[in-house]
Amino acid sequence: MARVTVDGIIVEVANGSNVLQACEAAGKEIPRFCYHERLSIAGNCRMCLVEIEKAPKPVASCGYPVADGMVVRTDTEMVRRARRAVMEFLLINHPLDCPICDQGGECDLQDLAYSYGSDHSRYAENKRAVQDKYLGPLVKTVMTRCILCTRCVRFASEVAGVPEVGATSRGENMEIGTYVEKALTSELSGNLIDICPVGALTSKPYAFVARPWELNKTDSIDATDAVGTNIRVHARGGEVLRILPRTNDAVNEEWMADKGRFSFDGFKRRRLDRPWVRVGGKLRAASWQDAFVAIGRRLEGVRGERIGAVVGDLCDAESMMALKDLMTALGSPNLDCRQDGAQYDVSRREFYGFNTTIAGIEEADALLLVGCNPRREAPVINARIRKRWLAGGFPVGVIAASGPDLTYDVESLGDRPAVLTGLLDGGVGFAETLRAAKRPMIVVGGAALAREDGAAVLAAAWALAKEVGALTPEWHGFNVLHHAASRMAALDLGMLPGEGGRSVAGMMSGGVDVLWLLGADEIGPGRIGPDTFVVYQGHHGDAGAARADVILPGATYVEKSGTYVNTEGRVQIAFQAIFPPGEAREDWRILRAFSEVIGHTLPYDDIETLRRRMVEVNPVFSRQGLPRFGAGELAGPAGDAGAVGSAPFSQAIHDYYQTNVISRASVTMSECSRIYSHPVLQAAE
Amino acid sequence: MLNDRDRIFTNIYGQNDWRLAGARARGDWDGTTAIMARGRDAIIAEMKASNLRGRGGAGFPTGLKWSFMPKVSDGRPSYLVINGDESEPGTCKDREILRHEPHKLIESALIASFAMGAHTAYIYVRGEYFHETRHLQFAIDEAYEAGLIGRNAGGSGWDFDLFVHRGAGAYICGEETAMLESMEGKKGLPRMKPPFPAAMGLYGCPTTVNNVESIAVASTILRRGGAWFSSFGRPNNCGTKLFSISGHVNRPCLVEEELSVPMREIIDRHAGGVRGGWDNLLAVVPGGCSVPLIPASTCDTVLMDFDSLRAEKSGLGTAGMIVMDKSTDVIRAIARFSRFYKHESCGQCTPCREGTGWMMRVMYRMVEGRAELEEIDMLEQVTRQVEGHTICALGDAAAWPIQGLIRHFRPVMEERINAYKRTHGEGTRLAPTPANLPVPMAAE
Repeated sequence: MARVTVDGIIVEVANGSNVLQACEAAGKEIPRFCYHERLSIAGNCRMCLVEIEKAPKPVASCGYPVADGMVVRTDTEMVRRARRAVMEFLLINHPLDCPICDQGGECDLQDLAYSYGSDHSRYAENKRAVQDKYLGPLVKTVMTRCILCTRCVRFASEVAGVPEVGATSRGENMEIGTYVEKALTSELSGNLIDICPVGALTSKPYAFVARPWELNKTDSIDATDAVGTNIRVHARGGEVLRILPRTNDAVNEEWMADKGRFSFDGFKRRRLDRPWVRVGGKLRAASWQDAFVAIGRRLEGVRGERIGAVVGDLCDAESMMALKDLMTALGSPNLDCRQDGAQYDVSRREFYGFNTTIAGIEEADALLLVGCNPRREAPVINARIRKRWLAGGFPVGVIAASGPDLTYDVESLGDRPAVLTGLLDGGVGFAETLRAAKRPMIVVGGAALAREDGAAVLAAAWALAKEVGALTPEWHGFNVLHHAASRMAALDLGMLPGEGGRSVAGMMSGGVDVLWLLGADEIGPGRIGPDTFVVYQGHHGDAGAARADVILPGATYVEKSGTYVNTEGRVQIAFQAIFPPGEAREDWRILRAFSEVIGHTLPYDDIETLRRRMVEVNPVFSRQGLPRFGAGELAGPAGDAGAVGSAPFSQAIHDYYQTNVISRASVTMSECSRIYSHPVLQAAE
Repeated sequence: MLNDRDRIFTNIYGQNDWRLAGARARGDWDGTTAIMARGRDAIIAEMKASNLRGRGGAGFPTGLKWSFMPKVSDGRPSYLVINGDESEPGTCKDREILRHEPHKLIESALIASFAMGAHTAYIYVRGEYFHETRHLQFAIDEAYEAGLIGRNAGGSGWDFDLFVHRGAGAYICGEETAMLESMEGKKGLPRMKPPFPAAMGLYGCPTTVNNVESIAVASTILRRGGAWFSSFGRPNNCGTKLFSISGHVNRPCLVEEELSVPMREIIDRHAGGVRGGWDNLLAVVPGGCSVPLIPASTCDTVLMDFDSLRAEKSGLGTAGMIVMDKSTDVIRAIARFSRFYKHESCGQCTPCREGTGWMMRVMYRMVEGRAELEEIDMLEQVTRQVEGHTICALGDAAAWPIQGLIRHFRPVMEERINAYKRTHGEGTRLAPTPANLPVPMAAE
């Protein structure tokens, strides 16, 4: 620890900290543009200058290491003059177009200009103008506003792992860009907008839409993947205008994936805003009463085992709980959440959770990815893996189908589950790497479990984890990476076939007479038997609604208060940001109302009671956060580790931008899909 | 005046063979192994005793710099990087060493590398010095062939490799950390210090960056003794130095002289005097374009060394003197310097990136006189706002010439402005560019 005096306040900061951190520890705010806690230090904006005793010149506090006994002054005439000077230089070539700039109101330059700017300009020459650059369909550029802090360059090359942004030319002529005009190939590109301190990089879909002070901000959870990214939904007048990440070091730090950030225009399109009932082969608009009666009539006389329910990937835990209770009341054991047919063993939570935890990745020292591509399935987790990899000493082995570059060096071990067997019996060299590691991690992806030998792959991966010492009382290196936001909660609530119940596959082709789809669109509704009566409860007119006999309009994840469990098993609550459109309602209320119609009234009238019911079913819901569970018992999951098949692993996600009903309804996402997932092939010139 | 027998660079004019045989005849490569046998501590002590100050412009004591290198490696190799990116306008000393005395440099590089525990040295040569690079590479090949460098260099038991790296034409790559970035294949942007190169330099390893001249004199110093070298000049300003004199002199030249020789003596004796006589002298930029000029009145008495020029609020810099006679438009001359710095600023730090362009534009208006009188003060303030606020010294170098101009030639600038006002009238300061035209009512 180093004792540093900042403006007379003595603080103790860790050795290796910089002066800026010491000043912050002393409660002094240091203005900065280029410095960012999660990026490397550039020290080029020169805004954070402070005076250090015995230093002849003002020192850039962001890049200057602390020393014991250092005396720092942040508010002297020299410092103020230096900062005013830097501000003047930044502004002479800045267009000062705040009234038409989307960053207005949340612009670091604007804010600091209040403190350090002058009321007039001494610069009588013509201002510089810079040509705007094309960075893809998500990030809008107004490069004349750029103050060349290079945060975007550092973010792209360090965090996102796509070194595609850089500075060309020098001096006044320096410009930020991709040199060859092309869209940034990153699933994290939206974060460039957040880290840009000025209005040079702004959101294309949000361009000229609103001012930050007009927006109602609601804390929520991103349900477009299973990371559980903490988000803040910005809405005005019942419309979501943008979604920004919230800082949570345990989950997403302060990053967010593009799908969660930009698919919000899907909330407004293809929405189911009133109930529909199929009459004579055609869907007719109906009232809630009619829709409920229609379902009630159809259910009359149907035995419980002929009724089934499937929950989709975006569901909140509350609606799943209500559906499960309803199915139980109807006497149905046919319940499933595994739209992709994945095989889990839910006897212990560690068999289906990301036990190392996302923050724990940074403590790991070797990684094996089995049948997953985290860049597509969980871009934020992929960024965390890259962060760990950048720190060095982190060998990564991959057994998966070839996919997009993971942004870190990997050792490709093959694409067949047999490699797991090879690792187990020592036939594959990477086993030595894992064994030599003190805290190895094995991550099993959805694509590895969603196959006939899924249970065997799971068992083999567990056996390997046990074998290489990934399961100790101090370290749990076995992980399952989900890519559906609802999956963890569904497994925790037991949304699986009961005694003698049918799985998704069993409910297809006439396996049940009445099928309740709760936002389940990914099962391939064409597989449902022609005589099955389908109730679709959900928010978008997608594949499920097209097949439905009755449509019950539900709410998206921003339109209801809901509990989500991320792939780690972290319980998080999202708050309602806007109301569902038209007659659409929160899903658990729909189920509760329907239960009354058929005389099986569910025993909860408010969400608090429902949440208490969830706690009864699984105590993990008793509090938000991550319940601790270590690797106590070594016995593995059910499944024969030796029975792995020979088929190669497939990709779980083929088009990152089109994975759920919201992103498929989003214009922005289809544009991204067109550009990134189906690039037009160009002849090499 | 320096005796011929005390000259270090005896072939600086290229009158003799620059190759190995010629260099050997002049005494290079004589007893190199014996010098190295003294051990690294003795070599560094001798260098410290010589009081040699870096010849690249900043004047940091060379022996002290060498002593910063780790004595025991922590597993990382150490590197010596020799700065031959001589791009300072008015300076042409390293060029002559590279093409006429390459073996002196190579031999000294070997000794210096040994003294700092480096098995590898790089010479970063300015890209425009194509011919010089060829000479240097030829000399290196000769030295390898003769077994003077390479494995067990000259039988000393020290493995030593020397590589030439050519720059691509950026002035900023002469800044030591920008040079390291450039050598690593990146854009030449100066690094923040600390960490200093001696702790974390080329490829993150301990590195010393020295000017070509600072290294090239080392072999002779070690052969003839630090006391010999420090016997020239004044205390704290010791040794001999290459001075390049250009501009309005009768015989522009490069000459080796002892430090602290009067400026007038150098100009009169070596450069054949100022064009049109001493009284025709207007000003001298004493150390490359980065230092403030000094007016003729001071040139009579000032000594060419670090401290004397510092006392005149200028600096020795690289000792590249630019002499200007009274035919010079001194404002225009400094404006040209400003253009140079605007062009060469790397663009990393805000004050330098924005300030150099601002200063240049105001300076060019000052050349015409198309300015307001109070803008001279504003310009002075802008130079103060750039100076000392940047990562490297390019911002300082851009500011100082203008400060020197305002300090010594303010009346000239004022007269230029008044003359412009007399011919063009008041309020015509700005060129009527479209942006400044009155806004039509309809557009408001």
